[in-house]
Amino acid sequence: MSTTAVLHGEDIHAAHDAAHEHHHHETFISKYVFSQDHKMIAKQFLITGMIWAIIGGLFSVLFRLQLGYPESTFPWLEDLLGHWAKGGKLQPEFYYALVTMHGTILVFFVLTAGLSGTFANFLIPLQIGARDMASPMLNMLSYWFFFTASIIMFASLFVQTGPASGGWTIYPPLSALGDASSGSKIGMDLWLASMAMFIVSSLLGGLNYISTILNLRTKGMSMTRMPLTIWAILFTAILGVLSFPVLLSGAILLLFDRNLGTSFFLSDIVVNGKILPNEGGSAILFQHLFWFLGHPEVYIIILPAMGISSEVMSVNSRKPIFGYMAMVGSMFAIAILAFLVWAHHMFVTGLNPFLGAFFVLLTLLIAVPSAIKVFNWLTTLWRGNIRFTVGMLFSIGFVSMFISGGLTGIFLGNSSLDIHLHDTYFIIAHFHIVMGVAGFFGMFAGVYHWFPKMYGRFLNSTLGYIHFWVTLIGAYLIFWPMHYEGLAGMPRRYYDFSGWESFKMFAELNQFISFVSILVFAAQLLFVFNFFYSIFKGRRVTSENPWGSNTLEWTTPVNAGHGNWPGEIPEVYRGAYDYGKDGRDFIPQTEPVGENESHH
Amino acid sequence: MTQFLLIAIVVMIFVVIFQIAKASEYVSVLKGEEKARKQTNKINAFMLISFLIVGLIGVWWCNDLFFGRTLFPQGAASEMGQKIDLMLYITIGVTGVVFVITQILLFWFAFKYQEKDDRKAYYFPHNTKLELLWTTVPAIFLTVLVVFGLKYWFKITSDAPKDAVVVEVTGHQFGWEFRYPGADGILGKKDYKLTKGANGLGVNFDDEASHDDIHVSTTMHIPVNRPVKFVINAQDVIHDVGLTAFRIKMDAVPGIPTTLWFTPLYTTEEMKVRTGNPNYVYEISCDQMCGKGHFSMRGVIIVESEADYKKWLATQEPEYFTIFPDKKPKTDTPAVADSSAKPAPLAAMVDKK
Repeated sequence: MSTTAVLHGEDIHAAHDAAHEHHHHETFISKYVFSQDHKMIAKQFLITGMIWAIIGGLFSVLFRLQLGYPESTFPWLEDLLGHWAKGGKLQPEFYYALVTMHGTILVFFVLTAGLSGTFANFLIPLQIGARDMASPMLNMLSYWFFFTASIIMFASLFVQTGPASGGWTIYPPLSALGDASSGSKIGMDLWLASMAMFIVSSLLGGLNYISTILNLRTKGMSMTRMPLTIWAILFTAILGVLSFPVLLSGAILLLFDRNLGTSFFLSDIVVNGKILPNEGGSAILFQHLFWFLGHPEVYIIILPAMGISSEVMSVNSRKPIFGYMAMVGSMFAIAILAFLVWAHHMFVTGLNPFLGAFFVLLTLLIAVPSAIKVFNWLTTLWRGNIRFTVGMLFSIGFVSMFISGGLTGIFLGNSSLDIHLHDTYFIIAHFHIVMGVAGFFGMFAGVYHWFPKMYGRFLNSTLGYIHFWVTLIGAYLIFWPMHYEGLAGMPRRYYDFSGWESFKMFAELNQFISFVSILVFAAQLLFVFNFFYSIFKGRRVTSENPWGSNTLEWTTPVNAGHGNWPGEIPEVYRGAYDYGKDGRDFIPQTEPVGENESHH
Repeated sequence: MTQFLLIAIVVMIFVVIFQIAKASEYVSVLKGEEKARKQTNKINAFMLISFLIVGLIGVWWCNDLFFGRTLFPQGAASEMGQKIDLMLYITIGVTGVVFVITQILLFWFAFKYQEKDDRKAYYFPHNTKLELLWTTVPAIFLTVLVVFGLKYWFKITSDAPKDAVVVEVTGHQFGWEFRYPGADGILGKKDYKLTKGANGLGVNFDDEASHDDIHVSTTMHIPVNRPVKFVINAQDVIHDVGLTAFRIKMDAVPGIPTTLWFTPLYTTEEMKVRTGNPNYVYEISCDQMCGKGHFSMRGVIIVESEADYKKWLATQEPEYFTIFPDKKPKTDTPAVADSSAKPAPLAAMVDKK
C-alpha cells in the first residue's frame, strides 16, 4: 500500500540512528527546556496544562463561593484580590472575569493543549513506531507558541482594568467595546493576542501530527492496524487544522473593530450615551465564525478522550475493542458532522428558522455515531476479564459521563427545546458533563495508564482510587441537579439570583453545589501531588510491558531515550487488539501471525 | 486565626491521606503485589455496582426534590409553551430509557466481568448484525424526535397572527424599554443617531406615527389569551429576552431586529394561585451575557384581563407629550380607549428605521 512512505520513513530512521549515536550530549536546556524529543514536549504540554487546570479550577471555586453564598462576605478574599473583592465580596466585574477565564483556560489551554498536546506528542511516534515527529523543530515551536500564549493570558489577569470578562465565547459588541465593559479594554486585546499565539501552536502541532501519522508509520503498520488512540488524534488534528484558522480570522476582524474603527461586527450602537458611527456590520457574523471553530472544538476535546478510553478499556478488559472499524467509522462520521452543526449554538439569535431546521437534523444525526461508540464500549466490557486499574476506572467513568451528557445533547440540539433551555444551567450541566468531565476523565485515564511509560514509575494507586471516586461522585453531585435549575430557566452567567422570583428557590442547591465543588477541587490537588511525588518517588516500573499491552510503546525500554528504540524499530504484523485470541492473553503487534492462527 | 486553623486541618487531612496511601503500597509489597491487586480489584468492582444502585436511587430522589421547584408541574403559561413541555416529556421519556439501560449495562458488566482466576476473556472483535442493530434503532428514535421537534419549531417561529398585540422591546445595559404603537397601531420610526437625553430610544418625532406611541420601562402590561408579538432591539450589546414561564426566548441584537410571539394563558393573579406563591410575577431575564449588570437586568410582565389592559393603556401618556409638553392638546380627552383594540398593521411590526 504505502510502501514508498514506509521506505522513506526508514531512510529517515537510519539517518536518525546514526545521529543518535553521536551528538546526543544533552545539556539541561536541550533536554528539559528547548527539547525536540516528542516525549519531553508531551510532558511539557501536560505539566503546563496541569498548572492551567489548577488556576482554572481555582477560579471556579472562587465564583462558586459567590454563587453558593451570595449573602456572605469573606474578608480573606479582599486580602487576596484587593479591590476585586471589596469588603470580602467578589465584584460583579471580577466574577465575570473569573467565569470568562475559567472557560477559556479549561476549553483551550487544558482540554485542547493539555490533552491533545500531551497525548498526540507522546503516543504518535511511540504507537506507530517512529523515532520522533515528522518535524521535531515545529513540534518544539508548537509548545513554545503555547507557552507564549500562556504568558500573555496570564499577564492579562494582572492588568488594571481586569482580564476579558465577556464570556469565553467573546461575543461582540460586548467584547468589542471598552465602553461596554471594563474587561473589554486592554484585557480583551491580550486575550485575542494570546488566542492568536495559541492557534499558531495548535496549527503547528496539528500539521505535524497529521504528517507524522500519514508518513512515518513503521513497516507493517497499515492505517487499519493503528490503535484507536492514533485514529482519534488524526481526526482531532484534521478538525483543528481546518477550523482554528476560522477563529483566527474572527479574532483578527474583532481586533480591527476594536482598534482600527472597522465595522465588521458593529452596527447601530449607542453605548454609555455615546453614539457610535459604525453601521452595516453584523454581530451575528462573529458567532458564525466563532462557532465554526467552537463546535469542532468540542470534538477536538472529546475525540482524544474517546481514543484513550477505547485503548485503556480494551487493554484492561483483556478483550479486543468491539467493532474496530465501526469505531473508526463513527469517529470519521463525527468529524465530518462536526463541521455541519455549528449554528445549533445560534437557534435564538434570530437565525432563519428554515436554516435552523437543517442544523437540528444534522445535530441529532451525531447521536447515531455516538450511540454506536457507546454500545461498542459496552460490548467491549461484556465477557471480559476486567482489571480495575485507575486508568480503567476513569475510562468507565468516561463512558458513564459521555452517556449522561450525550443524552442531554438530544434536548439541546432540538431547536424547539433549545428555545427554552438555551443559556440556562441545563446547557452548563450538559457541556460540563460531556465535554468537561468526560474530557478530563479521558485525560486522567491516559495519565494513569501511560505514566509508567512517561516516567518509568507508577502513580500511587490508592491515591488514584480516592481521586477517581471523589471525582466521579462529586462530578455527578455538582452537575446532575443543575439540569433542574436549567429546566426552571435559570440563566447562566448570573452573579446573584436572590433578586429573582423565578430562580431564587435554588439557593440551597447552589450552596450544596459550591460545597461539593470545593471538595472535588481538593481531590484534584491530591492528584497533582501524587503526580509530582511519583515522578521522583513512585514505585519503579520493573518490566517493559506492565499492563500486558499489545501496542508498540511497550516494546521500548522502560526509560526510553530520544529515538525511542535503541536498535531497529520493530516491524508490525497485526492490529493492536489481539487480546484473548486463540486462548492467549495478549499477542503484541510485533508478533508474526502464526500458521495455525484463526482469522476472525 | 480560624483561617489558619482551617488551613492546618486541611493540610493535616492531606498528609493523613497521603500516609495511608503510602502505607498501603508497602503493605501490598509485604502481602504480595498480585494478591493485594486482586483484593483492590474486588473492592472497586463492588464500589462500581454500589455506585450504580445508589446513583439510580439518587437520580430518583433528586427528581423528587427538585422537579416541583422547576414549576414544570404547573405547566407552561403560554399556548406554545405547553407544546414545548410535551416535547420535553417525550424527550425525557426516550432518553431516560436509554440512560437507565446503558448505565445499568455499563456498571453491571464491569461488576459481573471483574477479573477472576478461572475466567478467560471472550474473543469477540466484531459482529455486523449487532452493529447494524445499534445504528438503526437510535436512528429511528432520533427521526421521531426530529420530526416532532421541527413541527413545533416551525409553529413557534411562524408569523404572528394578525390580531397580535405588538410591543417593541429594547434592551440596553442594564434594563428593558417597551414601546406600544398607540392608537394608530404603528410604531414611529427610529434612528439610533437621534438617541439623546429624554429621547432614550432614538425615536424620530418628525414621523407622525410616533406621536401616540407609549414608552414604559421595566414593567410591561399585556392582555391574557391574546397573541403578543415582541419586536426586539438592543442598543449597545447583545441581550436576550428570556421568558421562562412562557418557554421562549430571543436574542436582542444591535442593528438586527428580531421577533417572537406567544399567547399567555394565565394572568399574573392566576399564576399566583397556580404556583402558590403570593409574590409571583412573570419575569424577563436577560439570557445573553451583557456586562457587569447582566444578572440584574430584570423586566416584569403583568398579564391581565383585556379590560384591565385597556384601562392601563388609557392611563399612559404618549412619549411625544412627555418630551414636548407644549405640544399637548389643551383638552385632555383620553382618545386611546376605542382604538386600542384595532389590529396592528403588519407594517408596524417590521418598520424600524
